[in-house]
Amino acid sequence: MVKLNINGKTQDVDVDPSTPLLWALRENAGLTGTKYGCGIAQCGACTVHIDGRAARSCSVPVSSAMGKQITTIEGLAVNGKLHPVQQVWLDKDVPQCGYCQSGMMMAVAALLKQKPKPTDADIDKAITNICRCGTYSRVREGIHAAAKA
Amino acid sequence: MNYMPKMDRRSFLVTSAAAGLALGFNIPDNAEAAGMQTGMSAQLPAQMPVAPEINAWVVINPDDTVVIRIARVDMGQGTLTGLAQLVAEELECDWSKVTWDYPTPGLNLSRKRIWQNYQTAGSQGIRQSQKYVREGGAAARMMLIQAAANEWKVPVGECTVDKGVITHTASKRTTTYGKVAAAAAKLNAPAEPKLKDPKDWKIAGKPVKRLDTADKITGKQIYGIDIKLPGMLNAAIRQSPVIGNKIKSFDAAAVEKMPGVKKVVQVGDDAAAVVADTWYHAKTAIEALPIVWEETASNKVSSETIAAVLKEGLTADTKFVGNKQGDALAELGKAAKKIEAVYGYPYQNHAPMEPMNCTALWTADKCEVWSPSQNAETSLAVCAAASGLPVAQCESYRMSLGGGFGRRASSHDFVQQAVLIAKQMPGTPIKLIWSREEDMLRGRFHPISQAKLTGGLDDKGNLTSLHMRISSQSIVANLIPQLLKDGMDSFVFQGLNPGGTEGAFGYDIPNLLIDHSMRNPHITPGFWRGVNNNQNAIYLECFMDELANAAGQDPLEFRRKLMAKFPKHLGTLNAVAEKIGWGTKPPEGVFRGIAQHMGYGSYVAAASEVSVSKSGALKIHRIVAATNCGHAVNPQQIQYQIEGSFVYGLSALLYGECTVAGGKIEQENFDTYNVMRMDEMPVVESIIMPSNDFWGGVGEPTIFVAAPSVLNAIFAATGKRIRTFPLKNHDLRSA
Repeated sequence: MVKLNINGKTQDVDVDPSTPLLWALRENAGLTGTKYGCGIAQCGACTVHIDGRAARSCSVPVSSAMGKQITTIEGLAVNGKLHPVQQVWLDKDVPQCGYCQSGMMMAVAALLKQKPKPTDADIDKAITNICRCGTYSRVREGIHAAAKA
Repeated sequence: MNYMPKMDRRSFLVTSAAAGLALGFNIPDNAEAAGMQTGMSAQLPAQMPVAPEINAWVVINPDDTVVIRIARVDMGQGTLTGLAQLVAEELECDWSKVTWDYPTPGLNLSRKRIWQNYQTAGSQGIRQSQKYVREGGAAARMMLIQAAANEWKVPVGECTVDKGVITHTASKRTTTYGKVAAAAAKLNAPAEPKLKDPKDWKIAGKPVKRLDTADKITGKQIYGIDIKLPGMLNAAIRQSPVIGNKIKSFDAAAVEKMPGVKKVVQVGDDAAAVVADTWYHAKTAIEALPIVWEETASNKVSSETIAAVLKEGLTADTKFVGNKQGDALAELGKAAKKIEAVYGYPYQNHAPMEPMNCTALWTADKCEVWSPSQNAETSLAVCAAASGLPVAQCESYRMSLGGGFGRRASSHDFVQQAVLIAKQMPGTPIKLIWSREEDMLRGRFHPISQAKLTGGLDDKGNLTSLHMRISSQSIVANLIPQLLKDGMDSFVFQGLNPGGTEGAFGYDIPNLLIDHSMRNPHITPGFWRGVNNNQNAIYLECFMDELANAAGQDPLEFRRKLMAKFPKHLGTLNAVAEKIGWGTKPPEGVFRGIAQHMGYGSYVAAASEVSVSKSGALKIHRIVAATNCGHAVNPQQIQYQIEGSFVYGLSALLYGECTVAGGKIEQENFDTYNVMRMDEMPVVESIIMPSNDFWGGVGEPTIFVAAPSVLNAIFAATGKRIRTFPLKNHDLRSA
């Protein structure tokens, strides 16, 4: 049993500390919004925030997230109000199948926290998540729109 | 005309319940609703609201909200919203009050396939169901207005409807769909509802937003991989890495005491699985499980041996001709100039972001699966076959798909396996998830192919003869052999056929021969977005450029001379040429390429602008893409499909290849099977140019022209003609 702070709440999670955070979130904490895509930190579908920074949770053991603030897609909206990235994603119909978009939005939200007005070059460097449906053009538009929001 | 009350629908309910189709849900009063899956949730509430079903396609709640039933499945391509627009258009309801349902295949079967075809592949969702879903909407509208007219005791012709509000013009009385729905549901359907002229469309044809976005931005959307059922266990699988080889033995005792492990089982004749409390525990144990695999001749197969087999097919005798005019072989001998080139196209994996998965619950008298499938009816059939139970005792619930691209239509191996595992643990729901590695090794791969093209020019540079010999693996021979004719697969000629809606050749060449040698390695092929059009368009459109170059002519003008008889093909080609400024000077260091193709009912063209640096780095700056899909039901979704087609098609061009060594696929994850990311995404300008006289597909066609337009631009930039793929294997520095 380990204590994890997930989306602002500290909870006991019955999991071995060597378990990748992704699976602890999905299977032990019941938060399935964070997705499995590759398991080797290539695709970014599992992106969450650890102490405000984007992390690919499939490659982070639970032990290194203990004592830190973990935010998942389920905790991105605050007090029922969508995060500006979520609002733009909704307004612009960014997702297609949507499977990669939890991780995509978490990566984007972390970028905007670090760089509130990112350039296209900043976006190219920071957002390396894979989307097989091919939403990249709208993701880019969405980032610029969220930066203005 | 007044309609007679129709047969009491309870008789259906009783029948279906007796057939065991109560589906495990406690809703005896509304079995129709019981079979429905509201929105994105697969876990139904214990009680569904009882709302009047006007007909199979339309349910109207007392609060005027409209539920439109969707048989085809959405995997990101937007077909759900497009089909709902078509129904809503004829229904004349308030679009802001529209929601949707996925009727299950079990219910479809019990209702004599009232929702018809569930297959969501071949860009057919809208083009092949548009007529009957529009008729469903129109019939429902007529019944609703009739119900109001009956209530008011006025002729139906005196009533009008707008956004679900019915008005009796003379008396100015009004009512709403929600108020008359119960009465309308008792009326018989009109025989032949008249459909609107698309030029009068108000909802269809408009860029309305998708109906299924809200849950995708909060993490609430339940994909197949996310389902949770009471008492559920998780399974991880390892299948023979050499496809077709069997499992000989495995040492269950070696992993049985690992954390969380409940059971180690064999799955069919070529796999083993570990069932555990969590999938992470199951995966950890299956990776540690000692397995002995059979060795066969397939173990000696490599990319090199496959290439040699295909190469032999380029010159072998074949009887299978896809398109023939005049006498190409004889005329080639007389040509003033003869040009020859050999191309090849590698295996590709679909690699949808959500790996294959399926959840199954088996008992002695019922088997249910929760399956992300591109054809829920096939999922149901596979479930029934694997369960050993009659299909009427099975059901396949329709889960959201994290991408499909043809993988989830080509094979339902994941459904079969989930059932075979669940059958060994009766009464326990089992969620099977493939690791990404299993997904990569045991794909249904885009088939491998080579082509030899020979063209003859006369002394004026006119193309007088063309022979295109394709040597390739057949998808049909592996997946649907009953469609072979005399052992031959006509699907290999997609885009090269003499006419037809599925892929017609767009050039008038007096002497033409396109033929095929089938060579089938053991790697399992599948329908991969665009299917055989992908390589056929590269072969033909790049070779057209080679011919134009040999003739000393502009690639666009060279094509135009051959296209007078194909105005729709020419239309999209001209549109992209004009918009990209073909014939004007591109920016310094930028070069252009162009391509056109026709398939899945639609005409597409693209013009690309690229640059290649001194070090050989390719930058795709801009692509102009034109689509004539006949009727454009949702221009915004079409634009997104065009953009997505470039991402998928250019990922394959830049990086995609699955190579074979020791009989197995060598690429196991995205580190070795790279795909395009944000930084490589070009600006895409879409031209949606429906000619409004046919119904074409949208999900796939644009992918055909993605690669050839870029390849032709690379030739313009570097003088290098790339004929094998992907580009990562080539040095693009100028020759």
